Amino acid sequence: MIMKKSTKRLTFLGIFSSLALILSYIEFLIPPIYSAVPGIKLGLPNIIIIFALYKFSYKEAAVISLVRLIISALLFGNAMTFIYSFSGAALSLVVMAILKKTDKFSKIAISITGAISHNLGQIIAAMLLLKTNEIFYYMIVLTFTGILAGIAIGLIANVVLKRFNWLEV
Amino acid sequence: MRRLKNDLILIIAFVAAVFVVFSVFLITRKDGDTVKVKINGVTTAEYKLNQDFTTVIDSYNNGKNTLVIENGRVYIKDADCPDKICENHRPISKSGETIVCLPNRLIIIIERSKGENNPDIVV
Repeated sequence: MIMKKSTKRLTFLGIFSSLALILSYIEFLIPPIYSAVPGIKLGLPNIIIIFALYKFSYKEAAVISLVRLIISALLFGNAMTFIYSFSGAALSLVVMAILKKTDKFSKIAISITGAISHNLGQIIAAMLLLKTNEIFYYMIVLTFTGILAGIAIGLIANVVLKRFNWLEV
Repeated sequence: MRRLKNDLILIIAFVAAVFVVFSVFLITRKDGDTVKVKINGVTTAEYKLNQDFTTVIDSYNNGKNTLVIENGRVYIKDADCPDKICENHRPISKSGETIVCLPNRLIIIIERSKGENNPDIVV
C-alpha cells in the first residue's frame, strides 16, 4: 500500500516536473518584451509550482522547481543563468509557502508575491555577483511587471486547480 | 471580501518592503574617493576624487575621451565615439558608480580605498 502510494507520488512529480520544463521552454521562446530591463517574463512554470503547492505540499513544489531549474539550465542556459534562476525560484517558493501556510490570502495574491520575490531573488543574486547596487533600479520596473504577471499566472493557476479538483494525490 | 482586503494589504506591504530595501541600498551608498580608469579591462590610471583635474584619455583603438573631475564628481566632457552615451551620463561620485564608453572600451569607476567597513567618523 505504501509502495503504491509512493509510486503514484513519484509519477506525479515526474509529470509535473516535465510540464514545468515545457512551460520554461515556451517562455524561453517568447521574445523579451522590453529588452532594456532583463527579467520581464510571465513566469509560466509558476503555474505548476502553485498547483503543486496546493495539491501536494511545499516539499513537492520544491522538488519540481529544482528538477525544472537543473534541466532547463542544462538545456537552454548555463551556470550563470542557473544561479539567477535558482535564487529567484528559491526566494519565490519560500515566500509563497509561508503565505500559503497562513491561509489568509488568495492564490492570486500568493502568485503576485511569488512573482515579485522571484525578481527580487534574481536582483539580489546579480547585485552580489556583479558587486554593483545599480541593478536594483531594475526592481522598480520589475515590481510592476511582476504584479501584472502574478495576476495572470494566479488566475490561470486558479482555473487549473478548479478543473483538477477531481485529482487525488 | 475579507480575503480581498488581506490580499491588498499583503501586496501593498510587500511592494513597500521592496522599496524600503531599495532606499536603504541607495542611502547607505558611500561616497567614493578614487577614480579608476580602465581601458579594455586593464586599469591604466587612478585619480583622487577630491582634486579638480582634466585629462584626455587615449582609449582603445585611438579613441579619445576627456575626463573631468570637478567638485568631487566625475564626468566625460568630450568623446570621439559616435554614440556619446558617456558624454551624456550624469556626473558620478558614489562608490561603485560607473561611466562606460563601449566603443572606446573605456570604464570609469568610482572606488573607495578606505574599505567598506571603516567608519566615516568615530564619535
